[in-house]
Amino acid sequence: MKEEALAKLQILAESAKYDVSCASSGTTRKNIAGGIGNTTGWGICHSFTEDGRCVSLLKIMLTNYCIYDCAYCINRRSNDIRRATFSVDELVELTIEFYRRNYIEGLFLSSGVINNPDYTMERMVRVIKELRTIHRFNGYIHMKSIPGCSQQLVHEAGLYADRLSVNIEIPTEKNLKLLAPEKDHESVFKPMQFIQQGIIENVEERKKSRFVQRFVPAGQSTQMIVGATDESDKQILKTADFLYNQPGMKRVYYSGFIPVNGYDNRLPALKQPPLVRENRLYQADWLLRFYEFNIDEIVDDKHPDLDLEIDPKLSWALRHPEFFPVDINKAAYRDLLRVPGIGVKSAKLIVVSRKYARLNARDLKKIGIVMKKAQYFITCNELSGLNTVNDTSPEYIKNLLIPKKKDQKQPDLQQMSLIFPE
Amino acid sequence: MIVFRYDKTFEGLLTAIFDAYNRNTFPAKLLSSGEIEPLFVEECHTVITDTKKSGRVWKGLEKKTMPITRNMLSYVWLSEINGCDETIFKYIRKVFDNKTSIEMNFADEDVLQVRNIAQKVNREKQRVIEFVRFQKTADGMFFAPIAPEHNVLPLTLEHFTKRFADQQWIIYDTKRDYGYFYNLKETTEITLDRDTLTQEGKVNVDLLDSEEQLFQHLWKSYFKSMTIKERINPKLHRQHLPVRFWKYLTEKQ
Repeated sequence: MKEEALAKLQILAESAKYDVSCASSGTTRKNIAGGIGNTTGWGICHSFTEDGRCVSLLKIMLTNYCIYDCAYCINRRSNDIRRATFSVDELVELTIEFYRRNYIEGLFLSSGVINNPDYTMERMVRVIKELRTIHRFNGYIHMKSIPGCSQQLVHEAGLYADRLSVNIEIPTEKNLKLLAPEKDHESVFKPMQFIQQGIIENVEERKKSRFVQRFVPAGQSTQMIVGATDESDKQILKTADFLYNQPGMKRVYYSGFIPVNGYDNRLPALKQPPLVRENRLYQADWLLRFYEFNIDEIVDDKHPDLDLEIDPKLSWALRHPEFFPVDINKAAYRDLLRVPGIGVKSAKLIVVSRKYARLNARDLKKIGIVMKKAQYFITCNELSGLNTVNDTSPEYIKNLLIPKKKDQKQPDLQQMSLIFPE
Repeated sequence: MIVFRYDKTFEGLLTAIFDAYNRNTFPAKLLSSGEIEPLFVEECHTVITDTKKSGRVWKGLEKKTMPITRNMLSYVWLSEINGCDETIFKYIRKVFDNKTSIEMNFADEDVLQVRNIAQKVNREKQRVIEFVRFQKTADGMFFAPIAPEHNVLPLTLEHFTKRFADQQWIIYDTKRDYGYFYNLKETTEITLDRDTLTQEGKVNVDLLDSEEQLFQHLWKSYFKSMTIKERINPKLHRQHLPVRFWKYLTEKQ
C-alpha cells in the first residue's frame, strides 16, 4: 500500500459519509478454513465519530466522479471538489488490513456513476467478488446497487454481498424530479424489485437444496433525506411503512438534510440540520417495528407531522386518554408496550415478574420503568390511579412532561436569520 | 455475627456455600484471607477450598437452574465488583431454599441485582470486542493491549479465535497483567515481560511491522473524514465511546 492511498481514502470517505446506514447485522457467516473473519448476526460497532454515529463498516466510495447532477448530493457533477478513484486491489487490501486490526466489521461499498450504471456496477462487483473468492473474506459486505443497472449484475452482486441497498433519497417523485431531473422513482424501484425478487426466489430454491448459495442474506435497506423538500412526516412514514411491508426490506433510514450545496436555490437554507425531526421519525419507525403500532395511529390527516416537543408514543397516549390507565398486573404485553415510559425490555420483565407477586410502584422503578412518564398512565398495587391522564387532562400532563427550558433541545431552526450590514 | 473467610476463588465461594449448609450457619459477611475482621464477630469460619464440595454445589445448581442463570452468575463473578461474591452467595441460597424457580422474579432485589451486574459485564465484553485494536509487529504478530473495567477477557476468546483464525495474536489486559496468545491452533494464557511494552502498555515503535504506522495513519484520517461537522455531539460521542478506552484506541491518539 502506498502513501497516495491516503489522499484517495480521505477524498472518498468524505464523499461517502452522508450515507447513514452502517449496520452490520442481519446475518451470520462462519469463518472457513484458511479464511479470514466471520459475521456475528447482531452487528458490532467498532468506533464512534465525534458526531456520535457508529463506525462499523469501512464506508467508502469506489469513485466520486459522477455523471449525475443531483442537487442534494455532494458528489454532483457540477461541484468543484477533489475527485479520486480506487483501484480494485487498493480497496481489497485496505479492507483486509483494516479488518485484521479489528478496526471494522467489513466493507460498505458505494460509488458515483461513471460512464453508465452497468459499467460502474460491474467494477463494484469485482471488488466484492475478489474479497469473497480470492481472499476468502467472511466479514460483512454492504453494497449499494446503482439505479438503472441490469438485473444480471444485481444478481451477481447479491451472491457476494450480505446486504444491498438502493436509496430513495426523496420520498415523492415530484420533488425528486425537481432536485434530480435525470432520475425518476422507477430507476430506484426497479433494482429494489430485482433484489426482492432474488430474495424470494432464493428462499424457494434453498428449500429444495441447502447447498444453493445465499442471496443477500441480510436483506435490503434504503434511505430518505428529511427536510430537503416539503414532504410531511405522514408522507415519509407512509413510504417507509409501504417499504417495510415488502419482503426482504430490513431498514429504512432517515437522514436529516445537511446543506452541502448551499448555493443551489432549489434547496432550503437551513441553519442546522433538522436533527430533532430526524429523531422523532426514528422513534416513529421504532413504534412501527417493535411496538406493534399501526401507521395510522402515529400520523393521520389531522396530525400530518410529528410533534417535535414530545415523542410520538407519548403524543399518541395523550390523544387517546380513553386507553388508560393500564393495569400493570393484568394488562396484555401489547398494551404494556403502549404506556409511555415502558420499553420492550421492561414490558417483558413486567410480564415474567408479575407471576410471582403483584408489582408495586417501587418494583417498577427498580426494574427500570421511567415512572416520571409512566405514573400518569398506569395503575398498580398502590397507585389507585388518582393522577392519571383521565383525572386531569392531556394538556396538563403534556405541560408537565415537556422538558424545561434549561435542558430543552433547541427546536429546529427552519430559516436562517438575515443579517444586515450596519 | 458469623463471618466466613475464603481464598477469593470461585471454587472457594462455592465451597463456602457447601460449608454454610453443612454447618447450618450462614455468614453475614465474606472475607478474604488477609482481610481484617469487623467488630462484634462471634465466630469466624475459615473455608478450605475443596473442588469436591464446590462441584457438588455446582451440580445442585445445574439441577435447579437454567444454563443462562449459571452463565449470569459467572459473569457476576468476573465483574470483580466489591461485594459481588455476597450477591452470588445470597442468590444461590435463594435458589436452594425455594421449591420453585426464582430466576424470573425480577421484583426480588438479589435476582434483579444479579441480572443488572451480568448485563454490565456483558456490555463491557461487547466493548472489548468492539474496541480492541491490533498492532502488527515485525514478526507478523498482532498485538492488542486493553484495560477493561471488569475481567471480561476470557469471555471474548471464542469470538476472537473464530474471527482471526489465520493470524497470530495476543490480547493483553494491562490492568490485570495477563493475556491470551493464539498460535494459529489454540489460545494459551500468558504473562508478558514488562520490557517489550512501553509505559502506556503499547509495543515499542521499532518492533512494529514496516507498514503498521501507515495503516494506523490511514485509519486515523479515515476516522476524521467520517465526522459530519454539522452534527458534532461530544456528549453522545463519549457515551458510546467511553473515555477509559481512548488510551488504546488508534483513532483517538
